[in-house]
Amino acid sequence: MSGLIAAARKEGQLNVIALPPDWANYGAIISGFTAKYGIKVNSANPNGSSQDEVNAVRSQGGTSRAPDVLDIGMAVALANTTLFTPYQVTEWSGIPTSQKDPGGLWYQDYGGYMSIGYDSSKFTITSVQDLLKPAFKGAVALNGDPTKANAALNGVMMASLANGGSLDSIAQGVAFFHHLNQLGNFVPIQATTATVKNGTTPVVFDWDYLSAAHGKDVPTWKVFVPPNAVLGGYYAQAISKTAPDPAAARLWEEYLYSVAGQNLWLQGGARPVEMAALTTAGTLNQTYAAALPPVGGTPVFLSPSQATTAATYLDSNWAQAIGS
Amino acid sequence: MSSAAEPAGPPFRGRLRVPSWVGVVPFFVYVAAFLILPTAIVVGGAFAGAHGPSLTNISALTQPYILDSFLHSVVLSAASAVIGAVVGAVLAYAVASGAPNGVIRRVVTSACGVLSQFGGVTLAFAFIATLGGAGFITLWLQEHGVNIYANGVWLYQLSGLILVYTYFQIPLMVIVFLPALDGIRPQWREATSNLGGTSWHYWRHIAGPLLLPAFLGCLLLLFANSFSAYATAAALINQGGIIVPLQISNALSSEVGLAQANLASSLALAMVVIVVVVTALYSWLQSRTARWVR
Amino acid sequence: MNRRRHRRLEPFRTIVLVVLGILFLVPIGAMVEFSTRGVGINSPRTLSSFTSIFSYPDLTGAIVASLELAAITSAAMLVLLLPTMVWVRLRVPRMVRVIEVLCLAPLTIPAIVLVVGLAPLYQWININLSDSILTLGFAYLILVLPYAYRSLDAGLSGVDVRTLSEAARSLGAGWATVVTRIIVPNMSSAVLNACLLSVAVVLGEFTIANLLNFENLQVAIATIGRANAGVSIAVAVASLLFVFVLLLALSFVPRPGSRRRRVRIGVL
Repeated sequence: MSGLIAAARKEGQLNVIALPPDWANYGAIISGFTAKYGIKVNSANPNGSSQDEVNAVRSQGGTSRAPDVLDIGMAVALANTTLFTPYQVTEWSGIPTSQKDPGGLWYQDYGGYMSIGYDSSKFTITSVQDLLKPAFKGAVALNGDPTKANAALNGVMMASLANGGSLDSIAQGVAFFHHLNQLGNFVPIQATTATVKNGTTPVVFDWDYLSAAHGKDVPTWKVFVPPNAVLGGYYAQAISKTAPDPAAARLWEEYLYSVAGQNLWLQGGARPVEMAALTTAGTLNQTYAAALPPVGGTPVFLSPSQATTAATYLDSNWAQAIGS
Repeated sequence: MSSAAEPAGPPFRGRLRVPSWVGVVPFFVYVAAFLILPTAIVVGGAFAGAHGPSLTNISALTQPYILDSFLHSVVLSAASAVIGAVVGAVLAYAVASGAPNGVIRRVVTSACGVLSQFGGVTLAFAFIATLGGAGFITLWLQEHGVNIYANGVWLYQLSGLILVYTYFQIPLMVIVFLPALDGIRPQWREATSNLGGTSWHYWRHIAGPLLLPAFLGCLLLLFANSFSAYATAAALINQGGIIVPLQISNALSSEVGLAQANLASSLALAMVVIVVVVTALYSWLQSRTARWVR
Repeated sequence: MNRRRHRRLEPFRTIVLVVLGILFLVPIGAMVEFSTRGVGINSPRTLSSFTSIFSYPDLTGAIVASLELAAITSAAMLVLLLPTMVWVRLRVPRMVRVIEVLCLAPLTIPAIVLVVGLAPLYQWININLSDSILTLGFAYLILVLPYAYRSLDAGLSGVDVRTLSEAARSLGAGWATVVTRIIVPNMSSAVLNACLLSVAVVLGEFTIANLLNFENLQVAIATIGRANAGVSIAVAVASLLFVFVLLLALSFVPRPGSRRRRVRIGVL
């Protein structure tokens, strides 16, 4: 480990991509890494998608600005394993077996549950069907287009689960949003922290940890995870095979999977992948854990093939459903 | 001429006569390296299939939702270009007819310079904060009994996009059209009034036809500018790919497994073709209207 | 006659400038209003969103890089485009259309797709030539071509290039003298506008820098903007003001031959 730290310091920098400061507390994670090891972190393309990260690895391979590490959705990770190099962090055993690649090419890092975030001073939400009421006119937004963004696809799937659909069928979710759109309750704009604070999008389908971040702008912001539709999703880490700073990349992974790193993600409202192991060891930060939104019911996760089926269905039906 | 200080000799005394093409070489070399080559790379992707060259990406363009998005793009660009060109020309005239070194001209041209490149998420938000569901004008009108969104929020539809696009089209028009207005000679006005003509005659027969080529050129620029604009629309209408650049972005950055880089290339190729067609139309119009200009 | 027209022109000018001025300032006012809001409904106005901009470490580096790029691109545009346009008008008039189409081409392709084509080129450049952000200048020169061409073309159409250059050449002037001392002073407003536009384009450019993983002004703004909502809008307002002041300062650069223009008031 000390050899790794020395080699990483010699490289002097780390290139990360698509890690905006307000996403799962990455702002604090990045500054924590720089403070601890004195290595400069170059954070590129903060609003990029997982596909953008992989595109950057391909198109910039060999330059000194190419991304070293990736934080991507599972669909993109599984489709691009040829770009990764295997690495097993010291805490490898703390990651559940089903949440990592046995060969060490990718390993999940944090996740959350799909939720509906809303301004509780304006609305009360006890079920997904509440959104069909006239009070929600012009109020509901998704975080992105489901044919493009992972978070939005899971949002529609969660609506599907809450409306009688299943992990194999997203059709009910599409029908729900179609209905929502016809009533005039659905708005197609991109929900951002600014539109939430400004009151243009007081109801947003988003991951619970991203939604929780709105609490600092809107003190009455609440996060609702429907008890009959607990849809979870995890992101994954990987190190690029053509990383210009390989030692710094590995040190970054060690940092993320250390107790400090995992608790920083917990602080951001996300559920770190080693949560079970940390709880057993008693090192999980109890204050942050208590602040997580309450979740009743059994969590379910989309398998890669189910995600593909859903995406294919959306590709043919989403645009018509929301009327453009 | 004969009062020149030094004796005027033969024009090319002692100098090599260079061939005409030499002067354009630097420009063409640069453009070939940094424009033609990247475009060729992109267009090449349009004809690439999974197993070698294929036309599947081109035939994928005929799907109804893609054809719809092309129609929307053309309508959006044409509308915002025409509105931007007309209003921008009027504003440019208001500026050009004032003091050439005055404060107003400097302030307006600088402001137009900034605003012509102002776009993306922040421009979209500026309009959302003004006219959106919780925008202050919307709320103020509601307090006075007027609901502008009784039939749906048009700001998040094509008509809203047209309005937002004119916000940067008008300043762009001012900047690119102003030099043409500056080229108007005072002698033209004097000649018209000497011959007994009124303002109407001046505009209809003199200044109008002389300014028309520049106006059409600026109109074409505005069309192309709006046609390829992406970020503002992505913030306002994030669902469904209503215009072509949004379809392209979906094809390039989809993280749910629907990314098709080659489809993005064929969409871009189609965009290039459309602008080439519009440019050809413009060229034809130019040859008809530029008879007066040498 | 002149005075009468001048009197009718004044109210027209005032109305146009005031109405359009208000229309354009309203959305910006909404942005300023939003960025000075406190947290919660009844909290007081605050400038904390604006002051926190300066605590972002990489901002000055990004500003400097963007300014250098703006200067390089404007200079390169004048050196490459203007002489070419004059030459073509004089020696190869048939190529005027070709140049015009080539100069419009960069706008036909959305930047997100152009990057796909530029990326391999930049990969080669960054590995073999230089990794600096200033290499973006190559791409930016292409991006400003449509605007600069249109501006310079409008100016050139008001100048009798053939007569002036023949006259100058017959007096023994070299090619460089013709361009810099004869043509340019007669289209100084067009040259200035082309430079203004180039600077504005470079300072406002986001997509290509972002997708090539360079950090220029707009990319830094986007990153700061993810810190929180108020800051994201505050930083956009600040950047608009910054570029506006810069362009205003640029418009005070003395233009050759500007003394001749004083007689033109009210003549249009």
